Amino acid sequence: MATLSPTVAVKYPQTRHGGGSGAPPTHGNGGGDGRGANGSPDYGERLRRARLGLVVGLTPVIMMFVSFTSAYIVRKGLPTVDPRTNSYVHDWLSVNIPWGLLLVNTVILLISSVTMELARRQITRQAALAPVSSIPGVSLGEEKTFPWLGVTVVLGLGFLIGQWMAWQELAARGFYLATSASSSFVYLLTGMHAIHLAGGILALLFAAATSLLRKPVEGRRIVVDITAWYWHFMALLWIYIFALIEIAR
Amino acid sequence: MASTEIIHAHAAPQGFIRKYIFSLDHKVIGLQYYFLALIAVFVGMGLSLLMRIHLIWPNANLPIFGAIKPETYLMFLTMHGTIMVFFVLTTAPQGGFGNYFLPIQIGAPDMAFPTLNMLSFWTTFVAFVVLVAAFFVGAPLHGWTGYAPLSAVPSAGPGEGLGADLWITSIAIFCAASLMGALNFITTVLDMRAKGMTMMRMPLTCWAWFITAILGLLAFGVLLAAGILLLMDRNLGTSFFVPGGLNFTGQTSFPTGGFSSSTDLIKHNGGSPLLWQHLFWFFGHPEVYIAILPGMGVASQLLSTFSRKPIFGYRAMVYAMLGIGILGFVVWGHHMFMSGMSPYTAFAFSIMTMAIGVPSAIKTFNWLGTLYQGRVRFHTPMLFAIGFVSLFVSGGLSGPFLAQPVLDIPLHDTYFVVGHFHLIMGVAAIFGIFAATYYWFPKMFGRMMSEGLGRWHFFLTLLGTYAIFMPMHYLGLAGQTRRYSEFTQVAYQTKLIPLQTFITYAAIVTISAQFIFLFNLFWSMAKGKKATDNPWEATTLEWTTATPPPHDNFGGRTPVVSHGPYEYSVPGAARDFVMQNDPATTPAH
Amino acid sequence: MGLALLALIWLITFVSTYFFVAKTWWFPVGASASAAWIDHQFAVTFILMGIVFVAAQGALGLFVWQYRDRGATQPVHYSHGNAKLEIIWTVLTAVLFIGLNLMGSRVWATERFDPPEVGAVPVEATGLQFAWYFRYPGPDGKYGRTKAELEDASAGGESAVGLDPSDAASKDDIVSGTMYIPVNREVDLALRAQDVIHSLFIPSMRFKQDAVPGLIIHMHFKPIQTGDYEIACAELCGLGHYKMHGMLKVVSQEEFDKWLASKEAEKQ
Ligand code: HEM
Ligand SMILES: [Cu+2]
Ligand SMILES: [Cu+2]
Repeated sequence: MATLSPTVAVKYPQTRHGGGSGAPPTHGNGGGDGRGANGSPDYGERLRRARLGLVVGLTPVIMMFVSFTSAYIVRKGLPTVDPRTNSYVHDWLSVNIPWGLLLVNTVILLISSVTMELARRQITRQAALAPVSSIPGVSLGEEKTFPWLGVTVVLGLGFLIGQWMAWQELAARGFYLATSASSSFVYLLTGMHAIHLAGGILALLFAAATSLLRKPVEGRRIVVDITAWYWHFMALLWIYIFALIEIAR
Repeated sequence: MASTEIIHAHAAPQGFIRKYIFSLDHKVIGLQYYFLALIAVFVGMGLSLLMRIHLIWPNANLPIFGAIKPETYLMFLTMHGTIMVFFVLTTAPQGGFGNYFLPIQIGAPDMAFPTLNMLSFWTTFVAFVVLVAAFFVGAPLHGWTGYAPLSAVPSAGPGEGLGADLWITSIAIFCAASLMGALNFITTVLDMRAKGMTMMRMPLTCWAWFITAILGLLAFGVLLAAGILLLMDRNLGTSFFVPGGLNFTGQTSFPTGGFSSSTDLIKHNGGSPLLWQHLFWFFGHPEVYIAILPGMGVASQLLSTFSRKPIFGYRAMVYAMLGIGILGFVVWGHHMFMSGMSPYTAFAFSIMTMAIGVPSAIKTFNWLGTLYQGRVRFHTPMLFAIGFVSLFVSGGLSGPFLAQPVLDIPLHDTYFVVGHFHLIMGVAAIFGIFAATYYWFPKMFGRMMSEGLGRWHFFLTLLGTYAIFMPMHYLGLAGQTRRYSEFTQVAYQTKLIPLQTFITYAAIVTISAQFIFLFNLFWSMAKGKKATDNPWEATTLEWTTATPPPHDNFGGRTPVVSHGPYEYSVPGAARDFVMQNDPATTPAH
Repeated sequence: MGLALLALIWLITFVSTYFFVAKTWWFPVGASASAAWIDHQFAVTFILMGIVFVAAQGALGLFVWQYRDRGATQPVHYSHGNAKLEIIWTVLTAVLFIGLNLMGSRVWATERFDPPEVGAVPVEATGLQFAWYFRYPGPDGKYGRTKAELEDASAGGESAVGLDPSDAASKDDIVSGTMYIPVNREVDLALRAQDVIHSLFIPSMRFKQDAVPGLIIHMHFKPIQTGDYEIACAELCGLGHYKMHGMLKVVSQEEFDKWLASKEAEKQ
C-alpha cells in the first residue's frame, strides 16, 4: 500500500477542520526542531519553546509546595492524641523564627532578582546584536559589560548562607528539625526552597561556563532567560514561604 | 496523495553509544522505555506467580526460593505492586509508545527537549535499579501504598529498614523522571504540531498522552513531596506521619523469621498517619488514570481503524478524557472511607466518584457506537482492543459498588477491590499495551507479528484473566481480606480455598501464555513478514512515513494535515480511508 | 473469528453473572441491625450494574460478530456520532449513578452521624501486632489510664493494652482477647492501635473500621442475633497480618452479665 505518493503542492487549508478551540498551527517552518529553513538553529523559536517548558515545569514545583502547605495547615489545626493521657490535645508549638535575619535575606534575594533581570536584559541585547557584530568590519564599540550574572550568583550564594545562619539561629533558640511539627515545617520549607534556588545558581554557573567555551551567545541567552524567570519565581516563592511561616505560626 | 513541505533534515548521530544508549532520538528512547517495561513486567509477573503458589501451598519448598515465609510473601507483594504500577503501567504506554508515536502522529521531527527526554529515561532506569536493589537488602512489606506508620518505622517489620528507604528513594527518583517526561510531552503537543494539525485533529492517542502528561505533572510532585516527608520521618526524626507513643512489643511475641524488634517506645510525637494517605491518594487516584488513559486512546484509535468507521463522537471522547482527568483529582478520598476520615467528607468524595463514572460510561458507549454498523477486521491488535473494552466494562462496573461508602464497608480491602482494580487498571491497561504492540510493531521493526500466535495469545489471555480476576469478586463478597499471605488462619476463609486454588491454576496458565507473546515479539523481529508502510490502511501520520521511520521521522519533509484522524469509508473517496495529510480536496467530512 | 469472539465474550458474561446470581460465594448472613440495609443497597446496585454489564458485554459480542468484515460490498455507516444520543446517555448515567449514591447515603448517615443509643455497651478495641484486645470499663463506666511504656504484648491481657494499675478507674477494667457483647444492644466501640494501622472487620456485622495509632475512633453497631462471629484484620499491618484474627461472641444479656461478673471476680 504505497501511501507516499508524489508530493503535490497543496494550499494550506484555511478553514480548520472540526473547528474547536485548538491553538492555531504553530510553527511556520514546520521543522519544529528549532532549525530554520536554512538549517541554522532558530533561536527565537527555541527560546519560546524553552519558556513554555519552564512554565510547564514550574507546575510540579507549585504542586509540591501546595502539598507542603496543606500538610502544614492541616497539622497545625489538627488535635493529636497525647499518649500520656489518651486524650486529644493541641500540641502546636509556635516557632520563634529569627525574622530580622530572614528579612535581610529577603532583601538580598529581591536585589538578586533585580540584578538577574539586568543580566537577562543585557544578554538579550547582546544576542540581538550578535549577528551584526559578527559581520567583519562592523564595530559596535566596546559595550560596557557589567557582570550582572556574577553579581546575581554572589547574591544567591549570600542568600543561601543567610538561610544557613537562620538555621543556626533557630537551633540556638532550641528549635531543631525534630523539636516539634512546627519547627520541622520551617526547616522543610526553607530547605526545599534553598535546594531549588541552588538549582538556579547551578544553571547560571552553567551559562557562565558556556561563555568561556565561546558557544554562541544566543544559546547562552536562552539559559539565562529561563533561569531569570525561574529566579523571579523563586523570589516570589520565598516571600510566600516567609509569609506562611510568619503568619501561620 | 501525501502533501508535504520540504525542510532541512538534521543528521542522524553516528556511533553505537550515541545511537542506541544515550540516544536523543525519541524513537530509540521509546523503545528503551518499552524494553525496560518488558523486563519489569516479567519480573512482576514472576513475583505474582510465586505469590499465588504460596497462597495455596504455604509450606511448599520451591526450587531456588525454598519455603516462602509470610514476610517474604509481603515483600513480593510490595515489589509486584510497585513494579507493575510504576515501571509497567506508567512506563510502557506513556514512556514507550507515547515517546515513539506522539511526535510522529502530530508531525514533529522529535520531542521538544530531546536531552531532557534522554535524561528522563535514564532516571527511570536508575529508579528501577534502586528498587531492585531493595530486593537484596530485604524489600519492604508495606504494600505499594506504603501506609505510615508501617512504612515509617524501621522496627515495624522486616524490610522496613534499609529496604524501605530504597523503596521510597526509588519512587522519588521515579517521580523526578516522570515529571521530566510530562514536561516534554506537554510542550511537544502545545508547540510542535505540524501545519494543519489542530488540537481537534489530533488522534485520540495523542489526546490521551497529553492528558496523561498533565495528570502526571500535577500528581507526581505531590508524591515526591510525600516521599520526602516520609524519608525525613524515617531518618531525621521528624513526625509528619508518626504519632507519639508507638510501641512495637507485639513483634516479639511473634517468633517467625530471624527478625528481632526493638521494644523501645518510638520517639515521635503527634504525626498523622492519615496525612500520608491523603497525600498518597491525591497522587494515587490520578495515577490509576495515568495507567489507563493511554489504553483508552489506543482502543479508540484501533476500534475506529479496524471497524473502518470514524470514531463515534470524537469530541465527546476528548471531553470525557478531560472530564476524567479533572474529576480524577477530587476523588482520592474514596480509598479512605474506612480510614477514620470524617464521614461527611466521605460523602463528598463518594458523589464525586460516582460523577467520574459518567465520562467512563460515555467512552464505553462511544466504543460500541464505533463498532455499530462498521466493517470489523479481526487483526490481532483489534482483538486486544475489543478485549480492552470488555475488561473496561467489567472492571468499571464494580466501581459504583466501591464508590458508595456503605457498600465499601464490607468490600474495602477485600479481594473485591483486588478484582476491581486488576481488571480495570491492571489487565485493561495491559491489553492496551498489547494492542499497541501488535498495532505499531510493523512501524517500529519493519515486520509483521505472527497473526496465528497473536490469536492464541489473545484468547488464552482474555479467558485467563477473567478466570483469575472475576472469582476474586466472589471471594471479596465472602469476606476474603486482601494482603493475606495464607488463608489458613481464619475459619470462614479456609472454606474459600478451593476457589483460590482455581485462581492459582488459572494464573499459571495465563502467565505461561505470555511466553507466546514473548516468542512472537522476538521471532517476528527477525523472521516476521516484511511490513509495508501502511499495513492496516490507517489514516494517522505515522503510516505516511517510511517503515521504520527515518531519524527525523519524515525524511526531510514535514506533513501538512488537512483531515481529521479517523476518516474511514468516506462516501465518494477513492479508498475506504482518507489519510490525515491527503490533499484537502479529497472528499471528507 | 467474529463468532469465536461472540462466543467467548458471551460465555464470560454468562459464567461471571451465573456465580453472582447463584450466590455460590456470598456475604455471610447479616447479624447486625444495619446488615439488612446494606444488603438491600447492595442488591439494588447489583441489579442495576448487572443489567448494564450484561447489556454492554452482550452488545460488544453481538456487534463484532454482526458487523464483521464481509468484503468491500458491505456498507459502512459513515458517521461521526450523534450528539443527541450522547446527551441522553450522559444524563441517564449521571442520574443512575448519583441517584444510587444518594439512596445509599441514608444508611451511612445513621451509622456514622448519629451518636450511639443510650445504654450502649462501651467496648474499647485495641489493635496491635498481631492481636485484638477488648476492654470493658467495668461497673464505674470509666476506662482507666493506659500508658504506652507499660504496653507488653507478650504478657497479654491488661499488660497488652498498657493499663496503668495506679489509676483508680482501671481497677475494674476488664481486658479480653475475645469480644463479648449482648444481643440487641448497641455497642459503643472505641478503636485504638498501638503500633501501625489495623482494621477491625466483622463480616457478619457488616462492620469495618480502621484502628489508627494517634486517633481514637468511635463507632457503633447493633448485633441482632446471638452466635460466634469471626473478626479479621483488614489493613496490612505487618508480617502477621494474615493471622490477626479474633472472635466476637454475641450472647444474651444474662450470659453477658455472667461473663462480666466472672471476669471481675477473676480480677480480685
Ligand atoms: C477507569 C479506570 C479505573 C482505574 C484504573 C481504577 C483503579 C483503582 C485502583 C488501583 C484501586 C485500588 C484500591 C486499593 O489498592 O485498595 C481502586 C479502588 C477504587 N476504585 Fe477504581 N479505578 C477505575 C475506575 C473506577 C470507577 C469508574 C469507579 C467508580 C465509579 C472507581 C471507584 C473506586 C473506589 C471507590 C475504590 C476504593 C475501594 C476501596 O478502597 O475499598 N474506580 N480503583
Ligand atoms: Cu482512586
Ligand atoms: Cu492486619
